Amino acid sequence: MEGWDPNTKSTLTQIPLLSTKAGPRDGAAWTQRLKEEYKALIAYTQMNKSNDNDWFRISAANPEGTRWTGKCWYVHNLLKYEFDLQFDIPVTYPATAPELELPQLDGKTQKMYRGGKICLTVHFKPLWAKNCPRFGIAHALCLGLAPWLAAEIPILVDSGMIKHKDDASSSNES
Amino acid sequence: MEAELKDMTDDLESLKRSLPDSSLHASVDKLKLHVENLAKMVKSATVQRSKVKDMSAEVVDSNPYSRLMALQRMGIVENYERIREFSVAIVGIGGVGSVAAEMLTRCGIGRLLLYDYDKVELANMNRLFFRPEQVGMTKTDAAVQTLSDINPDVVLESFTLNITTVQGFETFMASLKNKSFCPSKEGSGVDLVLSCVDNYEARMAVNQACNELTQTWMESGVSEDAVSGHIQLLIPGETACFACAPPLVVASGVDERTLKREGVCAASLPTTMGVVAGLLVQNTLKYLLKFGQVSPYLGYNSLKDYFPTMAMKPNPQCSNAACLERQKEYLVAKPARDAAAKAKREAEASLAPEGPLHDDNEWNISVVDDSDLGRIDATSAGALPEGLTHELPSADEFEKSPAPVPADTSVDDLEALQKQLEALNAD
Ligand SMILES: [Zn+2]
Repeated sequence: MEGWDPNTKSTLTQIPLLSTKAGPRDGAAWTQRLKEEYKALIAYTQMNKSNDNDWFRISAANPEGTRWTGKCWYVHNLLKYEFDLQFDIPVTYPATAPELELPQLDGKTQKMYRGGKICLTVHFKPLWAKNCPRFGIAHALCLGLAPWLAAEIPILVDSGMIKHKDDASSSNES
Repeated sequence: MEAELKDMTDDLESLKRSLPDSSLHASVDKLKLHVENLAKMVKSATVQRSKVKDMSAEVVDSNPYSRLMALQRMGIVENYERIREFSVAIVGIGGVGSVAAEMLTRCGIGRLLLYDYDKVELANMNRLFFRPEQVGMTKTDAAVQTLSDINPDVVLESFTLNITTVQGFETFMASLKNKSFCPSKEGSGVDLVLSCVDNYEARMAVNQACNELTQTWMESGVSEDAVSGHIQLLIPGETACFACAPPLVVASGVDERTLKREGVCAASLPTTMGVVAGLLVQNTLKYLLKFGQVSPYLGYNSLKDYFPTMAMKPNPQCSNAACLERQKEYLVAKPARDAAAKAKREAEASLAPEGPLHDDNEWNISVVDDSDLGRIDATSAGALPEGLTHELPSADEFEKSPAPVPADTSVDDLEALQKQLEALNAD
């Protein structure tokens, strides 16, 4: 795993792996896959909480489990910055990873494709491809979103592109 | 009509001059302005030509197809007018797809199906086709606007959707299957699908649809550093599919480690995109109109002006189930294919004039089945021509999977698992 920081690596190895290779068009096999997705997400969330590193909330937005919405946050200079998080499970999942979107940051950073899809590092897709079908949503968040937030949020805050919500309201009042 | 309006303007001008009361001048000027606007509208409306019923080879200024029909006169293409029977689907109306659409429109293609979910932005203006006044429009709407002006003979259908989502994919599949344009056509409702998308996820979705529909398609791409690109022909069962092997990229010769990626996702150049669109549509025309040699894979390295080519056999262990089905069908159909090829050769031989056989076999035509000659295995990276590399690694073998899946049998009910996650999310 060249190109990853030790923290991400050790966290990743503790997230349960999945085994069913099924996408949203695969009927019963997809239901089986969904169960594995939930197990991995539950384990990852529990692990984050016990490590005092809780940083996202995510849940299925439709009964089929093909659209997911929630929130993620990042603490910079003791201030918490929170963003909406959303993504669709692609028809070719798990051969291709979900494209994670932070719609509120669309257009605010170069490290993003249209529609607020985060721009992943050159290391993400090779690792995902190599580990298909064992990586799931939890792994995508750990490998894709967490390093992105850590790299981009400090830059966005320091350059003034995003403001803390308390800051924003106080400046509105004055 | 234009002359009438011009006369009216002149009359208004002389009326103004003859009026004793200058307080009425403003009203006359206002009338004149209306007439001038009308004249402009008339002029722009007449710019759009009317539809033509048959493609004519007549060489006159007013015939939009004379130079294309000349291909037939020169013997390059046997029947150019057949182009009006063909339907081509273009997925992704960006820097490559929009230019490909314009080229096919100018060539008089029968029908174009356009797919994109994006809007036109000022950041797209370094590329061809879209205009600044179209910013904010969906790419599909803007494309239809421009293309129908260029050539009203082309039937345009546009779909503003994302083909990687479950719903978008279903609409995509249904639109490819729709045969209302040419009900007698065998197979799907389109002759060719062109993938002009800029990401792996969308390419895999096109691959999935085409494998399921046994639909021939061509893939195109431009590298994120904007200096190389490629086109590839994919025939389900016959050639490697997009999932048979990790995607190929043309090595630009720039060391990946020296590439500065900080602060940017991707670069783009109108030149590279225009070249790739040109190569893609040239291959499309050759495929549809049956002339020249259709390239199975053609790379473009702009830094060295190097164009590697190759052909790839399908992978019998492909991870895509529909690909494996198509491979099986292709093998089953081999005797019939061989018989048809033999009959065609015999028919051509009987048509040839009596006398000695050509001894100048310039193109090295052989009568043995050489369809596999020079085709490399999809998975053998070592056999790749110089300058081509795989972009992604293959998935690890299942058996080699080191970490076993935890046998957590305590909860195995979807609803219970959902509730468990919700409870964790609640605090
Ligand atoms: Zn395949």
